[in-house]
Amino acid sequence: MITAESSRLETIQRRLRTRIEIVMGMLRRNPLTLLGALIVCFLGLLAVVGPVVTPYDPAAQDLPNRLQPPSLTHPLGTDQFGRDLLTRIVYGARFSLGIGLTVTTIRVVVGTTVGLVSGYAGGWVDEVLMRLVDIQLAFPGLVLALVVAGILGPSLQNLLIALAVVGWSTYARVVRGSVLSIKERRYVDAARLVGTPRRRLFRRHLLPNVISPVLVIATLNLGTVVLATAGLSFIGLGAQPPTPEWGTMLAGGREYMRQAWWIVNAPGAAIMLTVLGFNLLGDGLRDTLDPRQQTRIEEV
Amino acid sequence: MISRAYLLYRTATSLVVLGGVSVLTFGLTFLTPGDPARTVLRKQYGQTPSPTVVEAFREKHGLDEPLVVQYVDWLIGVLQGDLGNSYISGRPVVELLAEALPPTLQLSTAALVVALVVAVPAGVLSAVHQGGWIDTLSQLAALIGVSMPNFWLGYLLIILFSLQLSLFPVAGNDGFSHLVLPAVALGTGMTAIITRLVRMSLLEVLDEPYVKTARSKGLSERIVVYKHALRNALIPVVTIVGLQFGFLLSGAVVVEVVFQRPGLGVLLVDAVFARNYPVVQGAVLLMAVLFVLTNALVDLTYQYLDPRIQLGGSQV
Repeated sequence: MITAESSRLETIQRRLRTRIEIVMGMLRRNPLTLLGALIVCFLGLLAVVGPVVTPYDPAAQDLPNRLQPPSLTHPLGTDQFGRDLLTRIVYGARFSLGIGLTVTTIRVVVGTTVGLVSGYAGGWVDEVLMRLVDIQLAFPGLVLALVVAGILGPSLQNLLIALAVVGWSTYARVVRGSVLSIKERRYVDAARLVGTPRRRLFRRHLLPNVISPVLVIATLNLGTVVLATAGLSFIGLGAQPPTPEWGTMLAGGREYMRQAWWIVNAPGAAIMLTVLGFNLLGDGLRDTLDPRQQTRIEEV
Repeated sequence: MISRAYLLYRTATSLVVLGGVSVLTFGLTFLTPGDPARTVLRKQYGQTPSPTVVEAFREKHGLDEPLVVQYVDWLIGVLQGDLGNSYISGRPVVELLAEALPPTLQLSTAALVVALVVAVPAGVLSAVHQGGWIDTLSQLAALIGVSMPNFWLGYLLIILFSLQLSLFPVAGNDGFSHLVLPAVALGTGMTAIITRLVRMSLLEVLDEPYVKTARSKGLSERIVVYKHALRNALIPVVTIVGLQFGFLLSGAVVVEVVFQRPGLGVLLVDAVFARNYPVVQGAVLLMAVLFVLTNALVDLTYQYLDPRIQLGGSQV
């Protein structure tokens, strides 16, 4: 009993080691992937410890110091209310990464479940679920999210709901495709014949095979969600001022473009850097885990 | 050729999807928390409306009917080309859409032209000089291009070319000079995607046996690349360009807001904020129809360009 336990533990440890080795190999081989990983880790760290390292309050107005150009005291300058831009950018990372992660997780869970069920069940279940996916894919994603968020009422929470609702179909399609090709394999037949319970069949045989493509799409998707969040907030359908959300900050700075170019450019650069990080990481993951998959998802 | 069974299946599923699209489009507006009539009036007048006003509004726009009746009425109208009237101006939605569509199509087409003109040569150069500095540079540019928020790029262009250099107007829609900056802002993301795609696709094709044959015949590299390889390499580009049309439409919404350029995007955003439901429904429906039509068109073009592809078969 004890030996069985410990050998199980060893297997897990060995698997973990192989996975870490794969990741390290990937980072060593491709400097751009490493750069992406560094950007993402840096932003994550910033989001967590940001409030500790920033000396200013992101909301406190300091009107005498409004529209200050970048300087030693305000490395990215100040905005139209004299608030320190660097501080607000650092706080903004929390919204972007938080929403990005939440929305992507919901999409992955819903999309993967639908894809697994659709691919495995086949027949009318598959037909119904795939037509639902088609209906969703008949709309340009950002437009649908825009309308849903707008009708629910402009707020960060409603934006999150809107983005989560519209983007899962990509996962459903990819997972369904993988399941269709896997379920005809002999080892799945064999497992079914020896009476493996359905739950175990899903967990042991189907799920592991769809994890790679899902992981790749999810990483790239994080970037697009960050972009969509900022874009819709920019239009006015997400975070409302004075929330230090990047898109909202950019929208607030547009009247001051002439005198103070840094107000729109600081959040703009922050958004780009974040998206770039996820894209670099996603590209690297794809090359390593899923070299044949070439499609990219650019929508929302 | 396309089999009859596939066409039938495709038509049937398209009808089902279009039905779903209409239900979803119509249903969207009922996501509103609370009573739509009251919300609309409060948005319009800035205060809580009196019950008689609400009642009159409901009656006028048929909001007192059961939901199913409202949907059927709306659908019958849609099929006859009547999308209702704007809550605010009272003008027919069809008229508003007819005014807004051309500038948006203009912008999207211009963006597409920008993308193709830059991306195809860049992708070819990248592939031909694989690993060289041109390749590295163009791949880096493409990476930055896909990661660039188009609204930020719009402001960068305005700051540089309008405010500093005074080369182009800041905003509006009046002739070619107003189209340049928005088209670049909208086209950059697409440029990046197509550059990567052309590069990858050409590299793949250059590995094919028939390219080796062409080379061993002693044809010049120029003819091998442009006459033999590039044609085939561009086939997947057609698909992606088509599939990314929705991406362009979505992007146009944001870019129109940045440049305060009239079009479908500004119309939709204004209508969403004002809770002008007939206009929201009309604009969303129009975008979905455009999107679905392009995708169908892409499927057919794809097969025409590459006869090896058999539509249907295992899919049906």
